[in-house]
Amino acid sequence: MSATPVIEARGISKSFGGVEALKEASFLAFPGEVHALVGENGAGKSTLIKIIGGRLRPDRGTLLLGGAPLAGGVDEAHRRGCWTVFQELTLLPYLTVAENLLLRREPRSVWGLTSGGRLAEAAEALLARFGIEHIDPRALIEDLPLAERQVVEIVRALSHDPAMLLLDEPTSALMERETAWLFEQVTRLRAQGTAIVFTSHRWSEIERIANRITVFRGGRDVGSFTTLSEEEAVTLMTGQKVETLFPKPPPLAAAAPPLLEAEGLAAGRLAGLDFTLRAGEILGIGGLAGHGHRELFLSLYGALGFSGRLKRRGRPIHPRTPRQAIAAGIALVPEDRKTEGLLLSLSVRDNLTLTVLGRLSRLGVIRRRAEARAALGMMTRLSVRAAHPFVPVGTLSGGNQQKVLLGRALLAESEVLLFYDVTRGVDVATKHEIYLLMMALAEGGRGILFYSSDTEELAHLCHRVLVLREGRLVAELGGAALDAEAIVAAAVRERLAA
Amino acid sequence: MTKEARRRSPLGHAVAREVGLVLVTLLLVAAVALYVAIYAATQQRLPGAFELITTVNNTLPLIFAALAQTLVVMTRGLDLSVGGMVDLTNALAAVYLGQSPGRTLGVALAILLTGALLGFLNGALVAWGRLQPILVTLATLSIFQGLAIWVLPQPGGSVPEFFSRWLANTSYPTGLLYTLGAALAWLAFRRTPLGIALLAIGNDENAAAAHGISPLRTKLAAYTLAGALSALAGLFLAATATAGDATTGNGYTLTSIVAVVLGGVSLFGGRGSAIGAILGAYVITMIVNILFFAHIDPLYQSFYEGLFLVIAVVLAEGVGRLIRRRKPA
Repeated sequence: MSATPVIEARGISKSFGGVEALKEASFLAFPGEVHALVGENGAGKSTLIKIIGGRLRPDRGTLLLGGAPLAGGVDEAHRRGCWTVFQELTLLPYLTVAENLLLRREPRSVWGLTSGGRLAEAAEALLARFGIEHIDPRALIEDLPLAERQVVEIVRALSHDPAMLLLDEPTSALMERETAWLFEQVTRLRAQGTAIVFTSHRWSEIERIANRITVFRGGRDVGSFTTLSEEEAVTLMTGQKVETLFPKPPPLAAAAPPLLEAEGLAAGRLAGLDFTLRAGEILGIGGLAGHGHRELFLSLYGALGFSGRLKRRGRPIHPRTPRQAIAAGIALVPEDRKTEGLLLSLSVRDNLTLTVLGRLSRLGVIRRRAEARAALGMMTRLSVRAAHPFVPVGTLSGGNQQKVLLGRALLAESEVLLFYDVTRGVDVATKHEIYLLMMALAEGGRGILFYSSDTEELAHLCHRVLVLREGRLVAELGGAALDAEAIVAAAVRERLAA
Repeated sequence: MTKEARRRSPLGHAVAREVGLVLVTLLLVAAVALYVAIYAATQQRLPGAFELITTVNNTLPLIFAALAQTLVVMTRGLDLSVGGMVDLTNALAAVYLGQSPGRTLGVALAILLTGALLGFLNGALVAWGRLQPILVTLATLSIFQGLAIWVLPQPGGSVPEFFSRWLANTSYPTGLLYTLGAALAWLAFRRTPLGIALLAIGNDENAAAAHGISPLRTKLAAYTLAGALSALAGLFLAATATAGDATTGNGYTLTSIVAVVLGGVSLFGGRGSAIGAILGAYVITMIVNILFFAHIDPLYQSFYEGLFLVIAVVLAEGVGRLIRRRKPA
């Protein structure tokens, strides 16, 4: 590592409408290092990355890129060799992959014009340079799956041979294979002396590629480390001591009554599933994405037509709408909070009480005081960080939005909770809070059906895990047999054999 | 990272991408066929060169108004002032063009410049003032209409004969050349940095800004160009009508939007082609022609125009969705 930093940010402050996202934050990155930036959602990581990339201007503080202060915007950062992969993708959806990759540097003829064929050729070569051959340069961005869009966004930054590469949660949309590809590229760039800054909520990734870790809390840097355990990191991020990230599930009573029984449940890719969820049980659903998990959760929530039999505390039910599911005491907390769960422009209170307004109303008129009490109570219980219950949910950080969704499910007082990848894109500290909440709910006699794309979570938090493959149950793991490797093995076994 | 990729052919991509263009072409073919059939049935002969020339000349002002609208719609805006601009420039042309070629040319250029300036005013209010495009252009629509009445209180004035011969020749289909020129100009523009910036900010303003494209400058440019194009529409209208009227341009606000929509340009910005808008303009003229030769009472004309429009838009939407859904696995 060379002694002179290529990115030098000192005393950076930035406010958005009175809320300080960064307070006197400092950050150094050196050539040839992979520098992980960790912190809770809302700790200021994304803001810092946007400032370094020239997208935002700091209110105060100095920022040196390659030794010279950055006065201009994005263009100047680019000229200094600093390129960003933004968390919210910055691809233009109705343009082609080629047009996006070569935006503002289109190959031009002597007439100053470009053409589709010329663009596609150049883009094809560019993608091939980074080992990508399955993405069609003529395809429209909007027709690509999210993971491929992310790959295009990354290739665009890589193609400039950056001296500084800022990756803001590049892996949250990627699958295993693409993540491995990205890490190969990062390793190659590091060897060439590029300074790479990246954020991720997946600790295993940070351990895999980071040389240095800087922890942010509340808009400030609280320390830089070359080695750091996940527990230490969470302690630093939250300011509260965390002994173990994963709490143990509470013991399950032998006589615990079944809350939900399914027999031959089938919908779409889900091809007939039997299971029983008991009171106080956390039942994990594992397996690779796209093998019927989504269909399972949506059918139980009445959002997808299904066949098969369902019994709720012994009584047959067949929810056809979410309303019926909620009435039957089944609540869903979905993964994609922005599009499936929250009404972003409505307040925290309105979002929390949405499904229980009937209970909070008299003669069809909402009792505002009761509603406010319910909302405030839930905000305190889940420590939702919002100035007051009336701020729009869209202004909260991702982790806090997820808490609001959880709070809504809890207010509904449903006995059966469907948690669908609720920790995706949530910071480690909030994850920990969610885990503790799950344990408390199980202890209180709720039954939780839990799907997660993070196999470690399933292995640590569940009493049992059902592994699905091609819509069928291929393994039931519990007790000593339950660990992350066993889940993965069961999820891919037949694939390897075939 | 390599896997067997099943791809669409470049042509397949082009079709999927320009669904709107394909549809408006089909629509135009259908409209022309219907027109010819009705014409033949009522006039006992086929339409000839005269009909072609009249149709093209009558469509030209709308073509340029639709181009103006396209530029603004691409940025997720809407320019309601197009009609007022056509009124005003049409009135200016009738009053000031004069009779000597030198003066006429100078005044025509000045009128285009006026259009660009007023368009810039729209752009400044939208981009700097961060005001809603609909509000801004609704206000300037009234202002431009008022100015037009002030310039030419009563229909009249005159347009030099050579001016009409140049822009709206009644013996030769010069209008087809102008149409072709407009289409080529768009194709070239689409490939310039400004053209790409325009599409980019219509796609996603934030994303474009993240790549150093200035939404502010791009919008200013779009509205300015739109103003100049609306002024051009006013000049062509003056040439066709050979005199001025401060209110004949009013209709262009709505018809330009209709042409853009028929042409498959998304009102949500960022996609579509001005070629589609040009074809859309022809579809509108054909509909008017069809209604005329079908002897529809002019009182009911707007009723049928609306009916045709709804059918056309529903068809375009439906077929477009079908084509887009067929994605390679």
